[in-house]
Amino acid sequence: MVLALILIPAVIGAGAFFVRNDPLRRVLLVATAVTHAGLTVACWVWRPGAAAGGWLALDAAGLLFLSITSALFLVTTAYAVPYLRREHDHVTRDAVEGFLFSNAPEATFTGCLLLFLAAMTLVTVSQHVGLLWVAVEATTLASAPLIYFHRHHRSLEAVWKYLLICSVGIALALLGNFFLAVAAGPTPLVFSELVARSGQLNVPWLKAAFLLVLVGYGTKMGLAPLHTWLPDAHSESPSVISALLSGALLNCAFLGIIRTQQVCAAAGLGDFSRTLLVGFGLVSMAVAAVFIVGQTDFKRMLAYSSIEHMGILALGVGLGGAGVFGAMLHAVNHSLTKAMLFLVAGNILGAYGTKSTADVRGVLRVLPVSGVLWVAGLLAITGSPPFGLFLSEFTILKAALDAGRTGVAVTYLALLAVIFIGMATIMLRMAQGVSVRVEPRRESWTAIVPPAVLATVVLMLGVYLPGRLTQLLQETARLLGHP
Amino acid sequence: MTLDTILILVVLTNLRLLGASRIGASVRTVAVQGILLGLLALLAHHGEPSVSVWLVAVGGAVLKGVVFPWLLLRALRSADVEREVEPFVGPIASLLAGVAALGVSLWLAQRLPLPDGAHSSVLVAVALFSILVGLFLIVARKKAISQVLGFLVMENGIYTFGVALVRESPLLVELGVMLDVFVAVFVMGIALFHISREFDHIDTHELTTLKD
Amino acid sequence: MQATSLIQPVLALVLSPLMFGVINRTKAWFAGRRGPPVLQAYYDLSKLLRKGAVYSRTTTWVFRAGPIVGLAAVLVATVLVPLGGEPAPLAFTGDLILLACVLGLMRFFTVTAALDTGSSFEGMGASREVTFSALAEPALLLGLAAMARLTGSLSLSGMSTAMALETWRQAGPVLALVTAALMVVLLAENARLPVDDPNTHLELTMIHEVMALDHCGPDLAFILYGAALKLWVLAALLVGLMLPVRTGNAWLDIGAGLGAMFAVAVAVGVVESSMARLRLLRVPQLLVGAGALAALALILTLK
Repeated sequence: MVLALILIPAVIGAGAFFVRNDPLRRVLLVATAVTHAGLTVACWVWRPGAAAGGWLALDAAGLLFLSITSALFLVTTAYAVPYLRREHDHVTRDAVEGFLFSNAPEATFTGCLLLFLAAMTLVTVSQHVGLLWVAVEATTLASAPLIYFHRHHRSLEAVWKYLLICSVGIALALLGNFFLAVAAGPTPLVFSELVARSGQLNVPWLKAAFLLVLVGYGTKMGLAPLHTWLPDAHSESPSVISALLSGALLNCAFLGIIRTQQVCAAAGLGDFSRTLLVGFGLVSMAVAAVFIVGQTDFKRMLAYSSIEHMGILALGVGLGGAGVFGAMLHAVNHSLTKAMLFLVAGNILGAYGTKSTADVRGVLRVLPVSGVLWVAGLLAITGSPPFGLFLSEFTILKAALDAGRTGVAVTYLALLAVIFIGMATIMLRMAQGVSVRVEPRRESWTAIVPPAVLATVVLMLGVYLPGRLTQLLQETARLLGHP
Repeated sequence: MTLDTILILVVLTNLRLLGASRIGASVRTVAVQGILLGLLALLAHHGEPSVSVWLVAVGGAVLKGVVFPWLLLRALRSADVEREVEPFVGPIASLLAGVAALGVSLWLAQRLPLPDGAHSSVLVAVALFSILVGLFLIVARKKAISQVLGFLVMENGIYTFGVALVRESPLLVELGVMLDVFVAVFVMGIALFHISREFDHIDTHELTTLKD
Repeated sequence: MQATSLIQPVLALVLSPLMFGVINRTKAWFAGRRGPPVLQAYYDLSKLLRKGAVYSRTTTWVFRAGPIVGLAAVLVATVLVPLGGEPAPLAFTGDLILLACVLGLMRFFTVTAALDTGSSFEGMGASREVTFSALAEPALLLGLAAMARLTGSLSLSGMSTAMALETWRQAGPVLALVTAALMVVLLAENARLPVDDPNTHLELTMIHEVMALDHCGPDLAFILYGAALKLWVLAALLVGLMLPVRTGNAWLDIGAGLGAMFAVAVAVGVVESSMARLRLLRVPQLLVGAGALAALALILTLK
């Protein structure tokens, strides 16, 4: 079953490059998304065993992140197919600079999208250190052509930065993997084995390994100060891709970090690794706060918000105990919310033709449903009840206070407040008012149902956590929060 | 004896890269470095090299020595770019920085608590040196192709590190890493081509539209 | 002092102009010409010594002193450098510093004599000469330092006698790097291609040639002879440190050393025939590259 999860999207993705018929390709895309989601649901019911000699296995953390990825992919595919149909063979005029540009061939888009799904799935199921690395690098390479869907110089610049910075970061993570191999000695480089035999690991090498892996995968995850590629890549790519990047890919990179942290904690380096995580987490939140206030591009604002939430994730895991549970819940909530926000942003961009926050006014009037979702998204992403993020952020806050780290808690709250002010100013100003340039229009239901579904789920998670989900989250927390 | 010679040749290729003024020469130097590393992997192997080690070493040498330069030079040719390396830091300063980096790497390698005997420290020093040179090239060169070459040199350094310290790496992982680097260079080559077509140059210093 | 030591300066004095002849013959052979006679330099020297000298009114005693002091300095150098594994007549700890100083003295007086003429041509040549020598000096000293570290002796003669074939087997890469660095220094200091073109007096290419432009008669003879001795000294340095032929018979060793000297002359001729002169921008890069090689050799001996 695990192999099917990876191979189906991989094979169909490779084949999609050669399918000439556009409708057939779109059908294949939807079919793969549905099959993948179905298989994931099946994994919830019957937990599959290990494959490939223990290298591929679905533990609790893997299942959690796989579910997020699969669900997000399904919803974004529902949004993407009509989007592709609209953008097909389109020559668009760029809103910012006024030149004409075309899009990449749809076959490239679909093929890379499916390969991207396969790579992310591989990250979640991989239990071997080296295989995890290969999968993370594969996600970078599969997503680069996706960012360059709109063929113009800004997206090209974003792609180049993305490729180079992430590849260098991941190369450093490879060096970290080698350090880990030295620390492990004869122990096979499978995470469960490393945790089990943690007493035999060479501690100084493990320390250096964790540092390199944190920096390396942290680049991919968007932790400041390694985040410089993120605002460009997430703002220049099409909204569907931004949703997937923010919602699924950053989580996969985080998975790499927390698995290594698990090994460190088992070997007695828990304090060292947790301190680093808390540090990076707070710095990310601070950088995001600084750049969100007064941001002029709403997609960039959403990208910085992703950086902030990745910081919160790192902070949660760094605090330990209940903080890990909070972080895992936060991963679920944030992915769904951010994906929804990016899809709505895509609607706004499509209607207004501009990404500038100064030029967009009156979304509530022009696009009623999207406007409501936009305001709801603001409340959700900044952590207001009754949305799910409130619960997860509150759990992390409680963990900080319980651990006696009032300084961290105060900084955390202060930064959240600053970000709330920044985002609220921008997003509310965009939603309210009257638009002079753009007429109110009917929204196609394919553009509003996917984000609406996501918003509903986030709302529901704020009020009621399904038992199965709580169980999985607790299992993950237990797995990772090993003291 | 021959292992030492190969290591010194690798160091010389790195110094050559730092002082090079033409892109074609840089690409060819990286190719030579790739082949040298394949030889290194064979020579440094503890004990009798098995078939898988042979496969990885020869495959890696062919990939880095033949395929990558071909890909990069093809991207450059169709891009019709000027042949000069345009550095932020000139060749003389780069060379001096390289010699300093070599000193630092040797010093660091002696300080690291290595699990193996004396031989590893030279390998580790050369590995660290290649990583530092790769990072330097990425930062101190303007043209996108030089950044790709810097990335390759950095990967070479990390690979040398793996050869020095990791006793036995699973074949699948080695192949996976090679495949990843191959696809990375492939995608970067395509990006290079697009950049040259879009901007009429490949000076990444000019890519400053996106900022806050 | 042994006969084998005393013969070395004598050989230098007698045979050094022959080096120019060998180089020119090699270049001519490459070009498909017959070329000037091998003894041409001797004919030039005797011709120049018989001529009178004309001195410009703008020059001072420095201009007259330049060639003389230069020749004196390089004569000191000839008694310092060993040939063929036998110690030189004058050897003491740290004499390699004296060698560098003496070559520097020669260079200083040549340059000031050139500046003394007040002509911008010579001034330009002087500035280039000083720049390139400043960059070549670290290469020379670092290379010699690496050799000192390798052989454990701070005297040129000590280094030379300590060299043997085993040294090449043990530290081959280090010696190869030092050889390459010293070869570049030799080409740079002696105004050979690819650093300077000894055939032309064009503004584009000249460095050493232009500094000798205003001298004539015996002064020019001294400069020519001094240049020949400088080439001999640097080539002897290269040979003495690199060629580990130690047959046990001192005379055979010196003979082998002589043979190697002319091999070096042929090598210089080959290099000159196969390369064009480097752009002036690239010459510092070449020299710093040689310095980097020498530094690498030193680092390798330190570990």
